[in-house]
Order: sequence, then C-alpha cells, then structure tokens
Amino acid sequence: MAELLQFLVSGVTVGAIYAAVALGFTLIYNATGVVNFAQGEFVVIGGLTAAALIGAGVPPLIAAPLAVLAGLVVGLLLYRLAIRPAGQAPLVSLIIITIGASIFLRGAMQMVFDKQIHRYDGFSGEAPIGFLGATILPQSLWIIGGSLVVFAFLAWFMGHTRAGRGIRATASNRLAAALVGINTRAAMNLSFALSAAIGALAGVLATPVTFTSYDVGVLVALKGFSATMLGGVGSAQGALAGGLLIGLIEALTAGYVSSDYKDAAAFVVILAVLFLRPQGLFGARMTERV
Amino acid sequence: MTLGPGTRTFLVFAALVVLGALVFPSSFFYRVGTLVWINTLAVTGMVVLLGYVGLVSLGHAGFFAIGAYATALLPQYGVPSGLAMLAGAAGAALLAALIGRPILKLSGYYLAIATLGLGMLIWMVLSKEAWLTGGPDGMTVTGFSARNLLKSVGITLKTAEAWYWLCGAVATLGAVLAVNLGQSSAGRAFRAIHDSDVAAASLGVDVARAKSAAFVISAVYAAVAGALLALANGYITPDAGGFMHSVELVTMAVLGGAASVYGALVGALILTALPQVLTVFAEYEHMVLGAIMVGTMIAMRRGLVPALAGLLARRRAARRAGRLARRVS
Repeated sequence: MAELLQFLVSGVTVGAIYAAVALGFTLIYNATGVVNFAQGEFVVIGGLTAAALIGAGVPPLIAAPLAVLAGLVVGLLLYRLAIRPAGQAPLVSLIIITIGASIFLRGAMQMVFDKQIHRYDGFSGEAPIGFLGATILPQSLWIIGGSLVVFAFLAWFMGHTRAGRGIRATASNRLAAALVGINTRAAMNLSFALSAAIGALAGVLATPVTFTSYDVGVLVALKGFSATMLGGVGSAQGALAGGLLIGLIEALTAGYVSSDYKDAAAFVVILAVLFLRPQGLFGARMTERV
Repeated sequence: MTLGPGTRTFLVFAALVVLGALVFPSSFFYRVGTLVWINTLAVTGMVVLLGYVGLVSLGHAGFFAIGAYATALLPQYGVPSGLAMLAGAAGAALLAALIGRPILKLSGYYLAIATLGLGMLIWMVLSKEAWLTGGPDGMTVTGFSARNLLKSVGITLKTAEAWYWLCGAVATLGAVLAVNLGQSSAGRAFRAIHDSDVAAASLGVDVARAKSAAFVISAVYAAVAGALLALANGYITPDAGGFMHSVELVTMAVLGGAASVYGALVGALILTALPQVLTVFAEYEHMVLGAIMVGTMIAMRRGLVPALAGLLARRRAARRAGRLARRVS
C-alpha cells in the first residue's frame, strides 16, 4: 500500500509538470492554431538557466524569475522570427518550422550551456516529508502547487482580463476578432510569451526532482502532447487532467512493469488515444484550419 | 523526340552515378557517395509522402531502423541477407499500414505526433533490448558483400566501389519508380489530396486509403535504405532510428524540394556532404539543421530545386522578352 502511494506521489509530481507543458501547448494552439513542437525547449531553457544562475551563486528567489524571463524572451523571439514571417503557411510548413526551431534551440543550448546533466537543491530543502508511509519531497509540493497556480492564473486571465479575452477572441475567429478592433497580432505575441513563461516555470520547478539537460526537450514536449491529446486538444481542464494521468501511468509503469520503458508509456497512450478516442477525454476533435 | 519523365529521371540519375565514379579520387569519396545514394533513396520516400500527398512524418527513421536491424539480425538465424532485407521492408510496410489506417482518417497534426511517438518507441526498443540488438553500442552486420555479388557477374571492383554502384543503382530505380508513381492515377490522386482533402474526396478519391498507401510506400523506401546502410557500413546503431535522423530526412526533403526526386537528391547531397566538408558542422549540427528547416520554410517553401528552376525560367523568359522587344523596335 505504501509502495502504491509512493508511486502515486511521484506520478502526481511529474504529472503536474506535464500538465504545465500541456497548458502552454494548449494556449498557443488555441490562439494561433500552431502545434508548437518547441514547447519542451522552454522547459529546458527554464531549467538550465536557473541551474546556471544558481550555480553562479545567485539566490534561487532571484534566479527563478530570471529563468522564467529567459523562457519568455525566447518564446517571443520564436514567434517573431520563425512563426510570424511564415504568414499563412500550410500546416506542414508550420510543423517543420516549429520542429526546426526546437532543433535550433537544442543546439543553441548545447553551445550556451553544456551537455551535462544539471540539477540544484529544492527551494525548501531536500528533507523528505513522511506521508502515510510514503515520502514526498518538498520540491514536489512546489511543482504541484506551481501547476495549480498556473491553471488558476490562466482561468482568471482568460476569463477576466481584456488581454485574455482578446486571445480567446483571436482563437475563436482571427478575422472577426480583428474586425471588432482586437489587436490579434498582440494576442498571438502574448500567447507565445505566456506559454513560454509557463514552460520555463515548469522547468525551474522540476529540475531539482527530474534533472535537466539540453536534449530532454523533445521527450518533455511529447509527454506534453500526449497529455494534451489524452485530455482533449484545446481544453485547459483536459490539459490538467491529461498531464496528471500521463504522470500516473508513467509512474505505475516504472513501478510495476519496467523502469526501462517508463518513457514508452506516453507514446503508447498517444497511439491508443488516436486509435480509440481522437477527441480525448474532454475535447472537441482537433481539426485542420482550412 | 521527347522523353517520358521516368526515362528522363533514369538518364539523369544514371549519369550522376557514372559521373561520381569518374571523378572520385579515393575510397573515402565512394563511401560518402554511397551515403548520398542511400539518403536519396530514403528521402525519395519522403517525396512520395510529403511532396505528393503533403503529410509529414517525424518518425521515418524508425522504419529505416526496422529495415537496417532486420538485415542485421535475421542472417544470424540463417536467413539470407536478401531475404532479410525483404522481410525488413515487409515489416515496415505492415507496421505503417497498421498505424496509418486509423490515424490517417484524421487530419492535420495527428500523423506528425503519432509518427514522432512511434519513432521514439522503436528507438527505445532498439536501445534497451541489448541482448538482441547490442543496445546503444550497436551491432555488426555480416553476410552479404556487394563486391562478391558483382564478382559473380564478372565485375571486379573494390568493396567501397561495389557498394557505390549498387546503392546508386537502387536509388536510381527508386527514383524512377517514384516518378512513374507520380504520373499514374494514384499519383494524381495523391496530388489532389495535397491540394484539398475535401475536393479529392468529392472527385471519388478514397482519401484515407490513398494516404495510407503513400505512408506504406514511404516506409518501404526508408526500410530498404536502412538495410543498404546496415550492409554497406557493416555496422548499425540505434541512432539510425533516432529522432535526429528522422529530422534529417525531413530536412533533406524540404531543403531540396519535396515535390520531386531531384529535390530529394539535392537535399541528400547537400546534407550528406556538408558534414564532411565543414568540420565545425559536428559542433553546430543541431543549429545548422534547425536553421535550414526554418529558413527554407520561410524563404523558399518549395525547396532549392523548384526555387532555382523558377529563377532560370524567369531569366529565360526575360531574355526572350528582351529579344522580342529588340526585334519589334
């Protein structure tokens, strides 16, 4: 029982990270129709920047916001330099562009940082907390709390602010939004910036538990995708639920099946969802913009 | 006399294979040339999928690896290399058909994400099942020699040269088949889907079936190319099925121009030769690949070959207009 609980705790922890990635992914998809294959790189940028700063003696409380800021800037640059110049490119071109951007960022991080695996101490120490016979790292609470805050923030931002409503209007119909005076370009800029910041924050919070290195972005992005698809593309609740589920499936696979194949769980879920229920648990079917 | 597109492709490719053999000064060049033809073959499969139908696969290296590992593993159990290669191609085709059918009924991003996952899964199995595949260190491939094959028909060549000719011949054959496919009714159906799923369906094209066929064909191309690489190198590692290799294949296709086999050749040539010429390439490989992908898609969406062809056509038209203007004045 304690063993199962331990698996559940670690599943919820990584699941919260995937949920944050999936939320960022959903934000960009909703606002721009782009499936951003570079989403995982934001997580890595956040983690590596924080690791470099903390390694250089910067206190975590200052390093963390700076790392999030770095992710945000890269997200804006991605939109400005790669997505916007492509204009109304066909779907295939956009896929290739975001994949290209993700490979480019991976190479850039390898140059700017290094090829080592990085981590730093958790924000509230390393002493595990006992919990019904299982233990939980204080940093896990940071991760879970962080994802819930992001979710709540997005719900508030999208529902109750002018900028958030602008993004939603852009998402629902770009032309109509522009016609009623919404600055759709600003909305798309904002969605990339926010999404990248969320990804970087996930990286900053996760690195003490999951470690990070320049090349983990693709794997993280894929797990974010499978979370999104499981939950239902375009739905924020779906992203949250999908993320937690993928985390749990992964932890249980690692615990009861094979730790070699824990990463495979997410891919099997992707394929299973595509075969059995392409619209996911909550979402509408992902359709192509014509 | 006008030549058909298939014949023209055959002549161009055959001439280039011969040209390479005429100018290559050493075995090293033959080995790089062999790689170019193998990559051209794999990218020709991408031309069918991406160029004809307009679908992108981010896991084609997985099919490449299935061909390669079938050719590496089956001979250990007494299967002849030729048969092993066929088995690899058949296995890749079967997997593509199984995976493709349900996914290709959906549209858009689904195939890209599903193939990305599938490719990762294949790579993972190859890396983890060390008892069978040797794990990340890879395994040696024995059992077939292009040199002996050519010797049996009375041609004596060095090993590297023999592989060059064999791979060049297979790539030429693959290109001719792809061009002929493009000219057939199936090819026209593919291009109709590329322009619009809905329009193609309304004209009676079975869209899901055609997409599935293109996916299977491209998987077979990748598997055969993988088998050739395994045999020619005598060595194979799971990286042949890795995500970066999938990305390389897509990059070659879009860089040269995914719409034609000439684009496949140019893309494969540039991205295979570049790392040999530029020693800094290894260090900046990711950045260069990524920048090429983004840059090509923004600046010349159809790739180098169509862009250059368009430039030449415009210049020729301008010259003709100039001549005409002089004659009139």
